[in-house]
Amino acid sequence: MSTERKFQAPPSLNPYTGPWDNEVVKHLLRRTMFGAKKDDISYFAGLGRAKAIDQILDTSLPLPAPPVKEYAVGNAAMPDTLIGPGETWVNDPNNDGTIASYRRASFKKWWVGNLINQDRTIRENMCIFWHNHFSTETNDIGNAQFVYKHHALIRANALGNIKSLVRAISVDPSMLVYLNGQNNNKFAPDENYAREIQELFVIGKGVGADFSEADVKAAAKLLTGWRNDSNKMESYFDATRHDVTNKQFSAFYGNKVIAGKTGATGGDIELDEFINMLFANSEAALFLCRKLYIWFVYYKITPEVESNIIVPLAKIMRDNNFDVKPVLNALLGSDHFFDAMNRGCQIKSPVTMMIGLLREFDVKFPTEDMYATNYGLWNQMLSYFTNLQQNLGDPPDVSGWKAYYQEPGYYEYWINTDTLPKRIQYLDALVTSGYTISGFKVVVDGLAYVKKMAAPNDPNKLIDDLSAHILGIPISASHKAQLKKDILLSGQSDDLYWAAAWDLFISTPTNAANTKYVTTAITNLIKYMVDLPEYQLC
Amino acid sequence: MNRRKFLNGYLPAGVMVPSFVNGMGFKAFESGHTFLNNLLLPGGDNDRVFVVIQLNGGNDGLNTVIPLDQFGKYANARKNIFIEESKVLRLNGIENVGLHPAMTGLQQLYNDGKLHVVQSVGYAQPNFSHFRATDIWMSASDSKQVLNTGWLGRFLDEMYPGFPIGYPNSNMTDPLAIQIGSVTSLTLQGPAQPMGMSISNPSSFYSFVNNQIDTAPNTYAGKELTFVREMAKQTQKFGDVIKLANSKVTTQSPYPTGNSLADQLKIVSRLIKGGLKTKIYMVNYGGFDTHSNQTVAGDTSIGYHATLLGNVSNAIKAFMDDLKFQGVEDRVIGMTYSEFGRRILSNGSSGTDHGAAAPLFVFGARVQAGVSGTTPILPANATVGDNVPYQYDFRSVYASILSNWLCVDSTMLNNVMLKNFQELPLTKLGTCSIMKPVGNPDQLIVLYPNPFHKKITIQFKSAGGHIMIQVMDASGRLVKILIDREFDPGTFRIDFDGEHLPAGLYYIRFQNQVMQQVKSVVKM
Repeated sequence: MSTERKFQAPPSLNPYTGPWDNEVVKHLLRRTMFGAKKDDISYFAGLGRAKAIDQILDTSLPLPAPPVKEYAVGNAAMPDTLIGPGETWVNDPNNDGTIASYRRASFKKWWVGNLINQDRTIRENMCIFWHNHFSTETNDIGNAQFVYKHHALIRANALGNIKSLVRAISVDPSMLVYLNGQNNNKFAPDENYAREIQELFVIGKGVGADFSEADVKAAAKLLTGWRNDSNKMESYFDATRHDVTNKQFSAFYGNKVIAGKTGATGGDIELDEFINMLFANSEAALFLCRKLYIWFVYYKITPEVESNIIVPLAKIMRDNNFDVKPVLNALLGSDHFFDAMNRGCQIKSPVTMMIGLLREFDVKFPTEDMYATNYGLWNQMLSYFTNLQQNLGDPPDVSGWKAYYQEPGYYEYWINTDTLPKRIQYLDALVTSGYTISGFKVVVDGLAYVKKMAAPNDPNKLIDDLSAHILGIPISASHKAQLKKDILLSGQSDDLYWAAAWDLFISTPTNAANTKYVTTAITNLIKYMVDLPEYQLC
Repeated sequence: MNRRKFLNGYLPAGVMVPSFVNGMGFKAFESGHTFLNNLLLPGGDNDRVFVVIQLNGGNDGLNTVIPLDQFGKYANARKNIFIEESKVLRLNGIENVGLHPAMTGLQQLYNDGKLHVVQSVGYAQPNFSHFRATDIWMSASDSKQVLNTGWLGRFLDEMYPGFPIGYPNSNMTDPLAIQIGSVTSLTLQGPAQPMGMSISNPSSFYSFVNNQIDTAPNTYAGKELTFVREMAKQTQKFGDVIKLANSKVTTQSPYPTGNSLADQLKIVSRLIKGGLKTKIYMVNYGGFDTHSNQTVAGDTSIGYHATLLGNVSNAIKAFMDDLKFQGVEDRVIGMTYSEFGRRILSNGSSGTDHGAAAPLFVFGARVQAGVSGTTPILPANATVGDNVPYQYDFRSVYASILSNWLCVDSTMLNNVMLKNFQELPLTKLGTCSIMKPVGNPDQLIVLYPNPFHKKITIQFKSAGGHIMIQVMDASGRLVKILIDREFDPGTFRIDFDGEHLPAGLYYIRFQNQVMQQVKSVVKM
């Protein structure tokens, strides 16, 4: 039907050497930071390629303070009265079910706050990447302290070493609950985690990933004995529940036998050996690199991409002993990442779209001290995500969101006849009326946004500027001309009509009729732009 | 060219309907109206509806349809979670199986002649990964084969070629398929795009103004842009017809509350009665991944799994009652499925791990009530890897529904299912065409010696036609396909050399037309 789609240049990890202009910077920011803020575009454009990538991957910035108590204890049986309002609850081992549900909600709202207030790095994006990779559900975990601890582990290692992260995740209290590790014992092994660590976390289901059911059973035995202590808020190893027989793995793992170990350190020793065995398999780096590629570039991995991008990227990963930073540095700075073919081809996730809108238009939230109002406002964003099928903290299942693994549509699974109208509805709500919690209104301030433009009284430049800033693919000149005429010029054909209205608005904002005209025109223009299918792409 | 395309292409609109077919007035048929429709509109162009209920997570089949004839072995394998024999719900005229105590609704449907239980549905080389197993069920692929289209997507693509270009039109004014909820299922994926529509609230669609369409560039971005535009177009085109259909139905018989499956089926009933020509509805109900605490200690008839099964049963019963109340029950059949069953042996967490074959339910007023297949053969001392071997390929169920409910002709059936599958007597005789009655399967195969050391002889009875004989191990893995070809009627023998096999339990599965049989053998 259509001619074959071709890359601009053969896929290569060679550093990008083309012009470092606003266009490439926007592409980088949209893929790594949920929408491109105007200030960020100029900042990163000034850095040049190498420094810009270094900045994106900077891990020296401080981690955010933990979530706080912003809930009323209600009729909880064991209220956490020792924790004051606005103080963090993450170190208090309260086990009351009602309190736990408030705390899980508090955690999720706090997460949204971090997304909105992120620094100029890829960290928030990587937190969601790993959340999707090591998919767990807060509702299943239940214990809010575990939930936070799991998230903090991912956050602290978001740009760290994948191997040590997998090691830590394997005995992380949340994961021990979510995939039944805490119930896995020598008397009745539970294979849940043993399977998923191979299939979903490290080895994958690629053509060459040929681990067997026997490997799942051997790994289940090896992982027996781990338990959770909710009072200490940590996991521990119970040697009496550990299967000390030797674990025989299949030819896929070189017929390796991991010797059963007795005593208090047995679980750790065997686990270390198991993790080493998994990561020594060549499938591990290939699988992880494919996942990063699908997350940051596009879901179609052609044979050319496999050989020119995935294979060398996996080598970088192995050569760096599974540190993720050098891998991202190579991928995000590469010629291939900036290839014209790879721009604008991701369908935004609900989080990317909604947080992106807030960031693109610099939507204002209350100051930090008004934490209760902020948590309430952040909560509304969570409902948007959830209704659009990205319930942050609670993905559909252990495989994560379909957009990142389901053939053949991948990102297209975000969009259907139910979610597309809802996407438009929520975008429109934020652009037009906004929403209000405790007297604070969150809404796109189109006038403030346009005022910062170089020539807001030139309707052509205004539309050029706005569309180039927020649309994943440019729209045509005739489309823009139509928009100008219909929206800014109110059906007139003379540009001066808009220039006069804008200038009058600046000089005499008290002219109610004119101000209303300008305000409505800008709101309608932004609404029109975000309603475009082009806005769904990044 | 198949018959449907022929008729669509060559019959002028408003052609006269002959009042007799082959000399028989259609009143002579039990369901003459339907019969006539099928003659005029072959290949599925009828008013039949098919509802798919997906039970996400892998439902525990052995605690759903309980093997009464092997109760001791069942209870032994599941000491912490087995359902007490006295609590198992009995089915009229059925001795060997009963239902989980929470499933009174389905018990009632069975006794009313509206439920068919298919035992041990699965496939060779079962996959134990949720998402891979789900893909296999949705795409109707072999275990190792990756198909990027869904089985109902392929069916709808055959029925409505070229969709969405040129739709809606006078032949099809409505969405081809509707998925309740906000997700898109691989089941409805056609060769080019999804063939169905997802809706969560049929009474409101947010309408957005469509805009000027610039040419999509020939890049990945252009591909995705075209996809988003297509979804926008479909939302607008079909939103109104759904709202209208939904608004036409103001009274429904009662549904349970706090039951999300019932909520979904309530919408489906309304849209069917409201006049949508939509053929396929898909609904979901999750939470079946019961690795732990699937029953309450002390009373295994209640607990987490019981709640799930109770909700499924109550929802289907209420749906059936409502379809009857709306006067459309003859037009609808439904099916439940889950991506896999669970292990024979329960685990130490009062749960069960990922397994292989499991029973599924087909329901509807036009369903032929019954239980297909025997209860799964359970080992006396089950070990952790033991699985229920499959008796029926899940694609046999699909093929039967396509062929005998949606009245798809053999050419189209082959295009959808991609190969031949045994058809099962799930629907009443004469619904599409006459099905051959099922023979008594008691002595289809005879195995000797059993136990065996080196060689075992399989003697089998052929009724003519395609025969397949497979050997599977205790975990359900396919060891060998002994026979996969056409046979004349008669009795035949084949030897299987199993000298190289490890000692243990094996299954021999025989399949000939609509009949099949699974027997166990022991290798010494």
